[in-house]
Amino acid sequence: MERGVVADFFFRISDSDLWYSFWHTPIAVGSAALSLILIVGAGFAPFIAPFNPFDLATLDLLDSNLPPTWQVGGDPRYWLGTDDQGRDILSAVLYGSRISLLVGFASVALSLVVGVGLGLVSGYMGGRVDAIIMRIADVQLSFPAILIALLVDGVVRNIMPKEVHEELALYVIIFAIAISGWVQYARTVRSSVMAEKVKEYVQAGQVIGLGAWAIMWRHILPNILGPVFVIATLHLALAIITEATLSFLGVGLPPTTPSLGTLIRIGNEYLFSGEWWITIFPGAALVLIALSVNLFGDWLRDAINPKLL
Amino acid sequence: MSQLLIDNITVEFPGRKGDFIAVESVTLDLQAGEILGVVGESGAGKSTVGNAVIGLLQKPGRMIQGEILLDGNRIDDLDENLMRALRGKRIGMIFQDPLTSLNPLETVVEQLIETIDLHLKVGAKAARKRAIDLLGQVGIDNAEVRCDQYPHQFSGGMRQRVVIALALCAEPDVIIADEPTTALDVSVQAQILDLMRGICRDRNVGMILITHDMGVIAEVTDRVAVMYHGRLVELGKTAQVLGQPKHEYTKSLISAVPRSDRRIDRFPLVTYIEDVGDMPDIDLDAHWLGQAKAYEKNDGPLLKLTDLSMRFITRHSIFPSKRQFLTAVDEVSFDIEHGEVFGIVGESGSGKSTIARMITGIYQPTGGKIEFAGTDLTALKTAKEINPWRRQMQMVFQDPFSSLNARMRVADIVAEPINFHKQAASKEECREIVNDLLEIVGLGKVAARKFPHEFSGGQRQRISIARALATRPRFLVCDEPTSALDVSIQAQVLNLLKDLQEELGLTMMFISHDLPVIRQMCDRVMVMKDGKLCEIAATEDLFNNPQHEYSRHLLDLIPKFGAS
Amino acid sequence: MISFIVKRLLQSALVMLSVAFIAFALFRFVGDPVANMVGQDTSTEERIQIRKALGLDDPVYIQFLNFTKNAVQGEFGNSFTLRVPVSGLMAQRFPATLELSLISAILALALGVPMGVYTAIHRKTLLSKAFMTISLMGVSLPTFLIGILLILIFGVVLRWLPTFGRGDVVDLGWWSTGLLTASGLKAIILPAITLGIFQMTLIMRLVRAEMMEVLRTDFIKFGRARGLSDRSLQFRHALKNTLIPVITITGLQVGSIIAFAIITESVFQWPGMGLLFIQAIGNADIPIMAAYLVLIAFIFVVINLVVDILYFVVDPRLRSSSESGSE
Repeated sequence: MERGVVADFFFRISDSDLWYSFWHTPIAVGSAALSLILIVGAGFAPFIAPFNPFDLATLDLLDSNLPPTWQVGGDPRYWLGTDDQGRDILSAVLYGSRISLLVGFASVALSLVVGVGLGLVSGYMGGRVDAIIMRIADVQLSFPAILIALLVDGVVRNIMPKEVHEELALYVIIFAIAISGWVQYARTVRSSVMAEKVKEYVQAGQVIGLGAWAIMWRHILPNILGPVFVIATLHLALAIITEATLSFLGVGLPPTTPSLGTLIRIGNEYLFSGEWWITIFPGAALVLIALSVNLFGDWLRDAINPKLL
Repeated sequence: MSQLLIDNITVEFPGRKGDFIAVESVTLDLQAGEILGVVGESGAGKSTVGNAVIGLLQKPGRMIQGEILLDGNRIDDLDENLMRALRGKRIGMIFQDPLTSLNPLETVVEQLIETIDLHLKVGAKAARKRAIDLLGQVGIDNAEVRCDQYPHQFSGGMRQRVVIALALCAEPDVIIADEPTTALDVSVQAQILDLMRGICRDRNVGMILITHDMGVIAEVTDRVAVMYHGRLVELGKTAQVLGQPKHEYTKSLISAVPRSDRRIDRFPLVTYIEDVGDMPDIDLDAHWLGQAKAYEKNDGPLLKLTDLSMRFITRHSIFPSKRQFLTAVDEVSFDIEHGEVFGIVGESGSGKSTIARMITGIYQPTGGKIEFAGTDLTALKTAKEINPWRRQMQMVFQDPFSSLNARMRVADIVAEPINFHKQAASKEECREIVNDLLEIVGLGKVAARKFPHEFSGGQRQRISIARALATRPRFLVCDEPTSALDVSIQAQVLNLLKDLQEELGLTMMFISHDLPVIRQMCDRVMVMKDGKLCEIAATEDLFNNPQHEYSRHLLDLIPKFGAS
Repeated sequence: MISFIVKRLLQSALVMLSVAFIAFALFRFVGDPVANMVGQDTSTEERIQIRKALGLDDPVYIQFLNFTKNAVQGEFGNSFTLRVPVSGLMAQRFPATLELSLISAILALALGVPMGVYTAIHRKTLLSKAFMTISLMGVSLPTFLIGILLILIFGVVLRWLPTFGRGDVVDLGWWSTGLLTASGLKAIILPAITLGIFQMTLIMRLVRAEMMEVLRTDFIKFGRARGLSDRSLQFRHALKNTLIPVITITGLQVGSIIAFAIITESVFQWPGMGLLFIQAIGNADIPIMAAYLVLIAFIFVVINLVVDILYFVVDPRLRSSSESGSE
């Protein structure tokens, strides 16, 4: 019966319904494994990639626009071919995935912190605070996320000189995507909090005399994390797609730090002349990432709360 | 020949941790025109029997043995289409919650017409006429007009009448009623039971009435089947089973039902279901907990409420004149003396829980004064001023499932108030106190490391009581502490509360809708209706000689049970 | 009901005012409007002149008031780069975007709702799994990538359909439509599919989730116990109850189609407002950005109002809330 704290923790996880459902859903296991492989692969891009696509010294224009190895004219050194600069597509995709995932995780983390915080306060305090936060959310919801991100990005672009902007583009885009995504967390958390705060365990805390922060932080928050995780997972896929979209539209990351979206944008110009690999491989990587994360998120949603969208 | 024969059925639910046998080898028969009660506590499998009869076992449940015969013809092996033709036409069903049983987007008559036309094929016009007739028969006045209204325009009791009318659409031979009055107030419950008895007599319909309530069984059933853990333990004429129960479980169950006719000290024989430890040998007077008695005693009552009122806004508007309010508590005044158990009784919406929540600081009253030990709590503003008083009053809540934070260990739940009010000098002392508290409420210190979901409802209420005691309060508010529990568990928890109250000299406010429970627990009682005070009397006086008309009405409605 | 609508109108006005303020702030504080309007060789005196003419020396709240007044009349000044009134540009581009959005919205609804219902009812069939797979692809494939793939397949490889532009348009007074010519109809196919797929996916998932939720409720169970057919339970009782939440989200989705059109228009060089907007961002053409923002917000607000009114039509609990008093 007696177990150590750590052993107890793992026992609780392995005994939970969620864990059981996970191992008995092949799609969940598969998508989690795939996500993990992609994330690790992208994270260790500098160690895995055959070339460093940013090292101009290794680029050779003679190697430009080479098709994948298995096609006529392919070069065994470049498995997935090269682009117009002679960059190895495989390496570019690995490095690009790293940037895409970095933007995705960072913007999700930022929206989550802001959204959960505001949602908690809004739901628990109610009254005027709630009204103000929710009106802001309403105004923001009058615009789709992608438009907000475009706008934030566009404005920053106008305020800053071009050189400074290129340097800060990564942070700007993280901020832009994060700002466009907090509302969903805030609304979900708020409605969960409103459902939780009339429950008797919260009233018990009030009877003890606990302050609002203690009740929100220690009692309510741990009880509403399930839906937050679901949203965060699905939001990760969406954030990666949004970043790719912005970069594709030319308002995201510059070619000096190319994400998958930037690579697709560059390749798109060569699509009509038949060099499909420059676009398709980064596109496939993007879809693979989004698909595996979405599959996992889908399972998580069905397991935790199928009503979330 | 019996109208319905349930012959030796076994139902199993395959699950992750092995197959669960919900019903095991149960045999029941139902005659035309009789009401057969199926009684049992949660987990007894009584609803599963009903669902098996109508062929709507929740997936993945399945019948693995036995057969069900309707008028001598086997029906459990019919294919889905034939079974569907039986449902509603030969076998009707009534569910527990009338608020969710009707489609909110269709008028009552639309739902009736659909069912009538489906089974009787009489055409829309005749179906409408029959629908209105049926509504009249189940006691809905002005049925011509009301039938075109939507479900939300009916009260809970009226909706249950509509549900019954829907079950009667095609004149079924058998009706299965699954807890049909559990969601209703006592006064409405009595009317619905009357109606159902009338239907069975007049139409010669056989009814299986599934309930956990011995009072309902005593009131309307001809025969009763007692179920326990999926098995049928006793079956016989109602009067006989209730009067001379044979099985140990039945005996324990009956002795656990609070009596309305006299007060007894403790509930006997309630250990059949859930073993709990006895109160340990802790000398409470010397113990940390017993020092609660050392409170300074003030002159006059411990708690004095003066013209206490609470209004909730039901419609917001920027124009004050357009706002609408619900007055939940309307200028109520009463005192609670040191050491007494003060009861509040009333139906839902009477404002009794609101009073508890104003006293314990969950709601701010909109008017009136709350004086505790001579101090006006409503005049205190900061948390610092109020907290010492908060510590002296604690509350036990109704719902054992939502009143404990599911993400915290029991030890942390009980330790939180101790730490918050700095009642323990060290971590070790706190841990010891928590362990002692868990021993005292009968759970033992092994409970400390577990999470709430590992406990049953009754055990959770014990944790809740331990948490309430952890501030060493002198005033304990119990808001329907046992109304969500099975009777035998209720008896155990009430025994525990009685013991604690006596040993610790607690003053207690005990809220319930259940008069027999009030009689067993309280010294004085206040009767409330619609936020207003009707009557305050010593408990025995109220039961023997009620003064207020509403009190008399409530007393009349207590199901007559316990004639033994 | 009237009071509810009035309340909603007030809220909408508040939203529009906030959006107008953001648009105004963009115009006024991002960069120097005068510098953006004039060439390099304009003298300082002239600049001061223009400043005055634009009212940029007035107190900020008066400027905002004037801005709002003009905005209500559809006036957002001249485009910085194209040197023509923004209102004219928008009016010229609006039909292209609206036609594209409407066709996609119809596509998304006409496919999404039945697919959602089907997958909710038949959870285990092959077709259902196929729909779910399509929906997953729909949320995982970025819109622009769908566009590129469609172009590659139908434009470059098969050469069946045009990959850019609107084809021939017909002028109907102030409206120019591409829906009346063969080339116009051909041109709209790929962009409409591109734009519609993502929305279709969302609508399908929403309908499925809501439908499954409703099918679990007590009144469906009670209906089953009365012998009602699956058909009636699913389509008469469940579907109607599913509609309420679906209307809300669908309203928002249809609104966001217009904004998502930015991406599609940019991939297909579709001459709509979105393309104008994305070019404006690249060129820092603030008046166009401001006008676009206000217009999108306006469309959203209108759709929301329509949704609110639809609630009353669908849900009797709202219609009669004033006359009840049941509990």
